[in-house]
Amino acid sequence: MADGIITLTSATFDEIVNSSDTPILVDFWAEWCGPCKQIAPILEQIAAEKAGQIIIAKLNVDDHGDIAGRFNVMSIPTMLLFSEGEIKTKIVGAMPKGRMLEELNPFLPASR
Amino acid sequence: MSTVRNTIIIGSGPAGLTAAIYTARASLAPLVIEGEPSSTSDQPGGQLMLTTEVENFPGFPEGIMGPELMMNFRSQAERFGAEFITEKVTKVDFSSRPFKVWIRDTEYSANSIIVATGAQSLMLDLPRETELIGHGVSTCATCDGFFFRGHEIAVVGGGDSAVEEAMFLTKFASKVHLIVRRDTLRASRIMQDRALTNEKIEIHWNSRVSELQGEQSLSGVTLTDTTDNSTRPLAVTGLFIAIGHKPNTAIFQSVLNMEDTGYLLTRDGSTYTDIEGIFACGDVQDHTYRQAITAAGSGCMAALDCERWLEHQH
Repeated sequence: MADGIITLTSATFDEIVNSSDTPILVDFWAEWCGPCKQIAPILEQIAAEKAGQIIIAKLNVDDHGDIAGRFNVMSIPTMLLFSEGEIKTKIVGAMPKGRMLEELNPFLPASR
Repeated sequence: MSTVRNTIIIGSGPAGLTAAIYTARASLAPLVIEGEPSSTSDQPGGQLMLTTEVENFPGFPEGIMGPELMMNFRSQAERFGAEFITEKVTKVDFSSRPFKVWIRDTEYSANSIIVATGAQSLMLDLPRETELIGHGVSTCATCDGFFFRGHEIAVVGGGDSAVEEAMFLTKFASKVHLIVRRDTLRASRIMQDRALTNEKIEIHWNSRVSELQGEQSLSGVTLTDTTDNSTRPLAVTGLFIAIGHKPNTAIFQSVLNMEDTGYLLTRDGSTYTDIEGIFACGDVQDHTYRQAITAAGSGCMAALDCERWLEHQH
């Protein structure tokens, strides 16, 4: 896993997402999903460029389907942005970095 | 003014990437504008990025996963020096040389262009279809099938890809309804046999989906009988659309010669378009075969046509 990206599991999901002071983007993905592979490098770039403003986390739906089910994820990649334990925005499907940032920026703290 | 390249390849499916491998090995240092990430079939790597097992690509006796095959194509092109930009071409100007291609405000120019933008899935064009994508409506069985474990779902279409999706989805769904507009399948014999003998697949002949139901997510569809226009409900939580393709040629409208359906026209037995120096390969100019191997073959042809044409320009 690239620097700055954390891996969530069913066991750690609630604790990490609810206790994060920084907005956390959870990427629901799986090994067999082509579009998920396409956005992986974009998420790595965002994690690096927006360090301190956003945390990127990955949840493998194959291994942790219960969490995907809880949030009604019916398509991957789906990305949920949590802030203070609440869902702020939902992104479904792969998209270019620019569009992804447009979706995320309104919810991120200003960079220092 | 940007540097003028030997060749720019637009698109990165089997056709574009094969053209990239060949032109890179011929020291043409191609620039591949591979498209931007998306969950439809208009994306880097092309339509195979949305498939699972590819069983008919020669050289892989055990089969290979579509995305993995395309990653291999790409690394092979990269190995010989092809350069990649993960963006979408927004405008072209082929009226004078060097040819110009834009990604928003950035201009790129080249002495030749290989067009390999492929095709993408057609949608049903029904109200609420777009909103329900990701909420029951899907164009990517391999991306979304997993979430329908134990559900009753439907696949629309009668061709190979529809039957392949239906077969794949039986791994998860309790039942797969295949909605076929006519009274026969267009799919190849081997796929037909598989569909007809699979007890999890129920085929609805002479039927089309005429309405989508569900607020937050899909709860059912209405089927209309194509023979007598009678309607009947079908309760499904997933609807997978595989009704065919349209070529990705919007940016070439009134630039390159194309059929009414948008497929680019090439000179018989070659990849020459009506503009000298512009070549087209893969699904963007082929609505007949539409296979990864034929796309790759025509990508090779485009590279060779392009290479020879460039040689004669000096």
